[in-house]
Amino acid sequence: MKALVAVKRVVDANVKVRVKPDNSGVDLTNVKMSINPFCEIAVEEAVRLKEKGTVSEIVVVSIGPKEAQEQIRSSMALGADRGILVETTDEIGALEVAKILKGIVEQEKPELILLGKQAIDDDSNQVGQMLGALLGAGQGTFASVVNVTGDKVQVTREVDGGLQTVELNLPAIITTDLRLNEPRYAALPNIMKARKKPLDVKSPADYGVSGTTKLKTVKVEPPAERKAGVQVKSVDELVEKLKNEAKVI
Amino acid sequence: MSILVIAEHDNKTLNGATLNVVAAAQKIGGDITVLVAGSGAQAVADQAAKVAGVSKVLLADNAAYAHQLAENVAALVADLGKGYSHILATTTTTGKNVLPRAAALLDVSMISDIIAVESPKTFKRPIYAGNAIATVQSDEAIVVATVRGTAFDPVAAEGGSAAVETVADVQDAGISKFISEEIVKSERPELTAARIVVSGGRGVGSGENYHTVLDPLADKLGAAQGASRAAVDAGFVPNDMQVGQTGKIVAPDLYIAVGISGAIQHLAGMKDSKVIVAINKDEEAPINAVADYWLVGDLNTVVPELVAKL
Repeated sequence: MKALVAVKRVVDANVKVRVKPDNSGVDLTNVKMSINPFCEIAVEEAVRLKEKGTVSEIVVVSIGPKEAQEQIRSSMALGADRGILVETTDEIGALEVAKILKGIVEQEKPELILLGKQAIDDDSNQVGQMLGALLGAGQGTFASVVNVTGDKVQVTREVDGGLQTVELNLPAIITTDLRLNEPRYAALPNIMKARKKPLDVKSPADYGVSGTTKLKTVKVEPPAERKAGVQVKSVDELVEKLKNEAKVI
Repeated sequence: MSILVIAEHDNKTLNGATLNVVAAAQKIGGDITVLVAGSGAQAVADQAAKVAGVSKVLLADNAAYAHQLAENVAALVADLGKGYSHILATTTTTGKNVLPRAAALLDVSMISDIIAVESPKTFKRPIYAGNAIATVQSDEAIVVATVRGTAFDPVAAEGGSAAVETVADVQDAGISKFISEEIVKSERPELTAARIVVSGGRGVGSGENYHTVLDPLADKLGAAQGASRAAVDAGFVPNDMQVGQTGKIVAPDLYIAVGISGAIQHLAGMKDSKVIVAINKDEEAPINAVADYWLVGDLNTVVPELVAKL
């Protein structure tokens, strides 16, 4: 079966971002960009399913600026077969992304659609669920175990309080949680090979999607600073401070 | 303005987080209706009817909603939600699973995890693991949003007297099925609602040591227990105890971080706590930058001493 994986180019997880002085957004100039960690887990899962013989082809798609090609190439170096870049610099939101992905799914007809559970830049956690709604397909969100059998997939989900297992008809959407797998590193020969894999460049209009999000970011501010703390030298001092200064115990 | 709040529950008890969402709904202003979608959930509807500020409770009681399968519940929410100006749910795994699907069915954008209501159409929400706060304005006809419980003080669970109305609407998409669940049993307070949280990280060394060292402290303080991702990945404790960007967001009165270095992703889950205490052997640990009090020392000796002196 065919698997489609959506990946997003985001600020590297280890970068401490700064808000621009004019409060228009965060400063992304000269900041290291990477594939969103949850998307990397989605690529890894698709590759593992291919190695098991469940999946025969992996198509990776990214929506974003021209530079998002880098993240598609990285996914190819991990094992994806071909890529689609939907190039746009417009401010689009989760709903528009889901609509573009719906267009791609209708053309490619994958049985499994894998996404990360959330992107670490906007922290929305919406696209997979929205795509499920638009396609009328089942969704296995926050997946920590994925088992495909016949025309169904069993997904163990990380929910508050523990784990829940659901069974979905294929085609289905799966969004990955951190514990689904440990993504591999790309080997140099595979990085070289990935350069030759096919990559189509499209635009949102190719999928009938126009316009930007109806959510307007009015301003972006740094979070409130915490008052500087103090180092206590002993347990006695700590207990004393908690009782008499902070009054929390 | 008319606001539909999706109740969080286990078919028996209304989850306290729903009270925080009702509080956010009151800040928006307008009539508040609570939707209880479940199976055998009459008791939950009765509890919801008593919540202060709620004017109506809708009970959709059907086997299709027993396990809150997103495919069925989202269809119901989208169906009933058309007549409302706002649809709100909690930022829990259930809310996050269901609400975006309902929003897409209504063809509207959604705002995740709001922490403040500026106006009925304008909200604040954290982005980049809480390192920036965005003010977002919705131009949609229906505002769909999840609410961060810890950012709103809960309304009273008693005092209201809303009418309970049964809805016959049954949405069964038939594309998903509940198989099983494993719920971690705990005698301790629930992590996201606890007044005090004691959390352990990689520094506690092992699962055995986590319990030997931290259980007595949590017991003494009546605290909930949490963990960093490192402690969960190392298998010390189950993943539902993870505090952070990808785990639970907590904001207790007192958060005690033991053997946690304080990665950005962990801080995203706890830096709104009122008082933060860090116990770490590393003087340079990033956690100290957000801690009100930090103590440099070996947790294996410091924590038992702390327990003895409390």
